[in-house]
Amino acid sequence: MIVELGHFALALAFAVALVQSVVPVVGAVRNEARLAAIGRPAALAQLLLVATSFAALTQAYLVSDFSVLNVVENSHSSKPLIFKIAGVWGNHEGSMLLWVLILALFGALVALFGRNLPDKTRALVIGVQGWIGAAFLGFILWTSNPFARLSPAPFEGNDLNPVLQDIGLAIHPPLLYLGYVGCSIAFSFAVAALIEGRIDAAWARFVRPWTLAAWVFLTLGIAMGSYWAYYELGWGGWWFWDPVENASLMPWLAATALIHSAVVMEKREALKIWTVLLAILAFSLSLLGTFLVRSGVLTSVHAFASDPTRGVVILVILCVFIGGSLALFAARAGTLSAGGIFAPISREGALVLNNLFLSAACATVFVGTLYPLALEALTGEKISVGAPFFDLTFGPLMVPLLIAVPFGPLLAWKRGDLYAALERLYVALGAAIAVVVVGLALTGTGRVLALLGLGLGTWLIVGALSETAARIKLFRAPVQDSLARLKGLPRAALGTTIAHLGIGLTVLGIVASTAFEEEAIAAVKPGETVAIGAYQLTLDGYLPRSGANFTETAARFSVRRGGTVVAVMEPAKRVYTVRAMPTTEAAIETFGLTQLYVSLGDAATDGTITARIHVKPLVTLIWLGALVMAAGGVASLSDRRLRVGAPKPARPRALAAAE
Amino acid sequence: MTRKGRRLTLIGLAGVVLCAAVGLTLYALSDGISFFATPSEIAANPPPPERRLRLGGLVETGSVEKEPGGLVRFAVTDGKARVPVAFTGLLPDLFREGQGVVAEGRVGADGVFAADDVLAKHDETYMPKEVVDALKASGEWRPEAGAAPVATQ
Repeated sequence: MIVELGHFALALAFAVALVQSVVPVVGAVRNEARLAAIGRPAALAQLLLVATSFAALTQAYLVSDFSVLNVVENSHSSKPLIFKIAGVWGNHEGSMLLWVLILALFGALVALFGRNLPDKTRALVIGVQGWIGAAFLGFILWTSNPFARLSPAPFEGNDLNPVLQDIGLAIHPPLLYLGYVGCSIAFSFAVAALIEGRIDAAWARFVRPWTLAAWVFLTLGIAMGSYWAYYELGWGGWWFWDPVENASLMPWLAATALIHSAVVMEKREALKIWTVLLAILAFSLSLLGTFLVRSGVLTSVHAFASDPTRGVVILVILCVFIGGSLALFAARAGTLSAGGIFAPISREGALVLNNLFLSAACATVFVGTLYPLALEALTGEKISVGAPFFDLTFGPLMVPLLIAVPFGPLLAWKRGDLYAALERLYVALGAAIAVVVVGLALTGTGRVLALLGLGLGTWLIVGALSETAARIKLFRAPVQDSLARLKGLPRAALGTTIAHLGIGLTVLGIVASTAFEEEAIAAVKPGETVAIGAYQLTLDGYLPRSGANFTETAARFSVRRGGTVVAVMEPAKRVYTVRAMPTTEAAIETFGLTQLYVSLGDAATDGTITARIHVKPLVTLIWLGALVMAAGGVASLSDRRLRVGAPKPARPRALAAAE
Repeated sequence: MTRKGRRLTLIGLAGVVLCAAVGLTLYALSDGISFFATPSEIAANPPPPERRLRLGGLVETGSVEKEPGGLVRFAVTDGKARVPVAFTGLLPDLFREGQGVVAEGRVGADGVFAADDVLAKHDETYMPKEVVDALKASGEWRPEAGAAPVATQ
């Protein structure tokens, strides 16, 4: 009964989405306030209905209702509670339902907190959200119904794929979807602006917090996914340039460009057309990501069941939204007035440079991801584009951008002074050179590129801090004075510093863990010791264990450094009983920022086991850096000027133009 | 600088970045990609040793030999031809004799495929799509072998 209620709520949500798609838009175009006002209750009703539907499916998982096909295929009564909940979105149908739930959530948030928006804009934005909602609700109802019943109901389910039975499943998809779907708000604002044929600084001020929030979630989601792959897949890699990873990286690059160009638009009313295009592209790339992952054209951990009709339907949705919005853009972009002018060396110029490199990098990732698909469709030839391609394209495009990052915030609007900016970066330059020189002295000339990479990371970190130091007159004024200045600094400026610092940390982590990694593959018997780097690992013995739905054999290693035991690590080979599927559970031990990583291979009959051991210096900085970037985004989001639903900003002139 | 000059600078800069991106992409596409090949294709048309390939097929039953130091030797077959493979490292959990596999690497001068990566199935009901297609092409496709690609992860 509850399952049918969920199905009914979903159908009703589709009907409401249709109303939301049409009525507010008609109201806005015809200037009929009563029609336009329908958007708000419709968006709220849609959230309520989709949430009801999602709750019904969750309930079916919680009580292990095996008369529901989706539960049978992806659950088991002995599965731990957390995975019964997370398992709701650990499959195609459920994950699409989560996607729509988050979309409805964002729509409702605009309806609730968009009170300071002009009525017409709000009606249009909610209407466009309705289009997306209707398309995906229809997709779920007609091709991916999670509520389909099964008769007769089996006694047990098939269990969830063991690779997915991890706390990562509870966190990674919701975060990533919050990021993907969050981009839809910027998209809806862009389409609304194009329909209205008018855009100004106030538009950027409305769009920026939403994009920033989406960007924060996307950053966290990607970092979480990367760490999950790192510890779960047992290869010790944290990024594989897998098409599905690229599918999340492309919207991230576009959203990063968008939050930067929206600043220019807000402050200087320049780059209007480009910003609108970026808003459309960011969400288009999110949709593309959904298509790549959900359509089954790719084989990956993320592609659940592949059903050709689904792929076609998503492709149609993709074409309609991307094609439609780009056509609208082509038709209306000319009517948007061009904005302020600026010299090439200026804050605007730096942000344009940022956008150029980010979009070029995004384009190379796009080509690398889609070229194999296009080639196979056209010629039937199968190729794979892997890490070497991306190292050759993405890397060289990122380096000049990263070098330029510390300059940006130090340049003035309209016309900047490069020399004065460089003068403030002397400390950063000195620190970077010092790192390279010390590195050369320690490791010799064999690893110049890696050392330059470390120098680049240092340049970014010290450069980001230099900007704040210059602003608060650190060491140039009394300490209290500096602290007072720090307090008075706008949160958005602080956010910039923190986020740029985060990139520096990530760069350091990537370079150090890749270039200075040590790896050993050894066959060991109990009692034997493997030495790697400064560590000696002794295999003490094997421990058979069992969990709720698996049995495992753990190998117990004592880790010594300088003769004393510093850690005990227990990597394991695990077998999930229902699917009789083996998995490898790597053991990870963190020493400061460095990690020791042990995963197991095959065990021979004489008690020998193959172990693969890595020492990864500074590897944790990769994800810490991402966390710091996200923290920068949150700091910027807390800026009073940008807060979602903040009272009307005190810039009457710009606002008058918006109404 | 005049307004026109500024605009030209901007366009010029965009052009430079765009050209760099296109150039890098074309260069990388000629060098950084790997073609998929079946054992029959390699036998019929031996590839040059510098070309990166993804070799797909079934792990030949009885061919897996493990040597000390983590070196593994096995053969990949599609029923018509076989290619010996050498790989150092940990094999994936679902690597099995008689099951589908994709090995990435180069064919050495001795005819042995030196793999630097071996991929197997993600779960027990899934086989890499390239392998399924290759087996279908060579007539060795047996869906009942538990390899039906209906329920990938």
